[in-house]
Amino acid sequence: MKRSLFGRAWPNVVAFILFLGLVFPVYWMFATSFKPTIDIISENPVWFPVDFTFEHFNTALGAPNFWTLVRNSLTVTVGAVVFSLLIALAGSFALARMRFKGRRGFIIGFMVAQMAPWEVMVIAIYFLVRDSDMLNSLIPLTLFYMMMVLPFTILTLRGFVAAIPKELEESAMVDGCSRMQAFRKVIFPLLAPGLMATSLFGFITAWNEFPLVLVLNKQAEAQTLPIWLQRFQTNFGDDWGATMAASSLFAIPILILFVFLQRRAVSGLTSGAVKG
Amino acid sequence: MLSVRPTKEMASMTVQTDRPGTGPVEVHKSDGGGGPRTQQSKRARSARLAPYLLLLPALAATLVLLGWPLVKNGLLSFQNLNMRQLIQHLTEWNGVENYTEILGSDDFWRVTGRSIVFTAVNVVLIMIVGTLVGLLLARLGKKMRLLLLLGLVLAWAMPTIAATTVFQWLFASRYGVVNWVLAKLGFEGMADYNWFGSQMSTFTVLVILLVWQSIPFVAINLYAATTTIPKELYEAASLDGAGAWKSFTNVTFPTLRPFLFATTFLEVIWIFKAFAQVFAINEGGPDRMTEILPVYAFIEGVGNQHYGVGAAISLLTILVLLGLTSYYLRLVLKQEEDEL
Repeated sequence: MKRSLFGRAWPNVVAFILFLGLVFPVYWMFATSFKPTIDIISENPVWFPVDFTFEHFNTALGAPNFWTLVRNSLTVTVGAVVFSLLIALAGSFALARMRFKGRRGFIIGFMVAQMAPWEVMVIAIYFLVRDSDMLNSLIPLTLFYMMMVLPFTILTLRGFVAAIPKELEESAMVDGCSRMQAFRKVIFPLLAPGLMATSLFGFITAWNEFPLVLVLNKQAEAQTLPIWLQRFQTNFGDDWGATMAASSLFAIPILILFVFLQRRAVSGLTSGAVKG
Repeated sequence: MLSVRPTKEMASMTVQTDRPGTGPVEVHKSDGGGGPRTQQSKRARSARLAPYLLLLPALAATLVLLGWPLVKNGLLSFQNLNMRQLIQHLTEWNGVENYTEILGSDDFWRVTGRSIVFTAVNVVLIMIVGTLVGLLLARLGKKMRLLLLLGLVLAWAMPTIAATTVFQWLFASRYGVVNWVLAKLGFEGMADYNWFGSQMSTFTVLVILLVWQSIPFVAINLYAATTTIPKELYEAASLDGAGAWKSFTNVTFPTLRPFLFATTFLEVIWIFKAFAQVFAINEGGPDRMTEILPVYAFIEGVGNQHYGVGAAISLLTILVLLGLTSYYLRLVLKQEEDEL
């Protein structure tokens, strides 16, 4: 059955328009951040930058505390991801490979915990953290970010562990491996895609988190990049070049991670059917 | 692209791999710990304890970092807790006063209604556009599909606050691209339009932003689901004389229905809690008219320093969210119970 030229062409045309619409905000962020100010505040938009400048990046990088906040963001994000992976690895192994009383309860509990409305729990968390004298510290942030991603990490890793045939592990043990060795040498390498998918999800969640740090860490040196970015425009007036450079700096790590890991990430995220 | 996909098949595999009787753990499973105290039962006991030990860190973290704040939130909501009590570390219980105050105020009901309408508008748009994009992905040739997937992944990966900031720039009244395009299209009055000056226009920008951010999740999920439909089904349908529409309603749609259902509810949860976007774009303004429930709780509680009232609004927000998603939650729990 042959389709008409129109019938064959329209999906491609629509797809291309969609592509432009999806990409334009990302493109415009980078384009603006590289354009000289004169091209940013021109009556007609300069669609393709002709002159390039790093002036806006210099403004953004030179903003007070920028490097402190980069370090803060990296600390809480990496900390949250690593701790949640360690805790989840143990738990998911139990849930996928062992039978015990309460197993179903654990799984359902984690499914419910996955939907926890963190955005409206900030007031209660503020009081808990204040009473422990931990305001303006990175430790509570790391712990709560860890908890935000833990249920998803456990449930997703459980799927990946369950997908590894038990026989592989058993034959390794027949060949003289201990259970721990079998885990390290057989299961762990096969889990790599699952670990990548879940850590990407954790990385994005922690890197993006906004309401909790907004409430807990009011001190400028104790904040993270999302707060810095949200206030940037207020602090720098209508300097859109610098604001877009700041956005680019904040977005680049995630965009790179996503593009590199997209194959695993997308399948991992869709399997868990959850999003940040 | 979608090479590893541990979905339903894996869930059922879990059930198969640990049928009772395959491991040492099950031997003493049902005796409740009353077996003979021999060397072997000691080992069996440690095997029986193993899963609980492995789950202990996760359980402890959940209780301390999630359970405790929830309980604390409940306690705070029954307290008279303002700036004075905060500074002096006072605990003043005031019963259900916070709740009667909130439930008796017009503000709360207005914000609740607004949140529900806002969620509904967003979710309907996201599901329609996302589904259409997903179906389009399934129809495209390889190169065009990769291009569209690249666009989707970029939009998906864009961090929330970065995306919000970029949308502020796109919709800026001076030098913003959107106003320029609208003016060129003949809407001269839009040349210097201030999008963040009124309730409806701020919500318009927010809806566009949220739809742009959410389409990739729905579209890619749905496309992944269409790839699981066997080609033979379509062949059979066309042998039976079904046209494009018939084969869609009889083959495609029934397969996708569970995915659409689950995705819709995940989007409801996600949009209803979209604190970061709504707060970052205009801090709930102008004149507090774009506050949705989580933002309202934050501004009343932290902003105006009525922490007790804020905690009560938070709790009511959780209840509204539970109400909106109860049907889905019940279904998920039931399904999970059947599977395990």
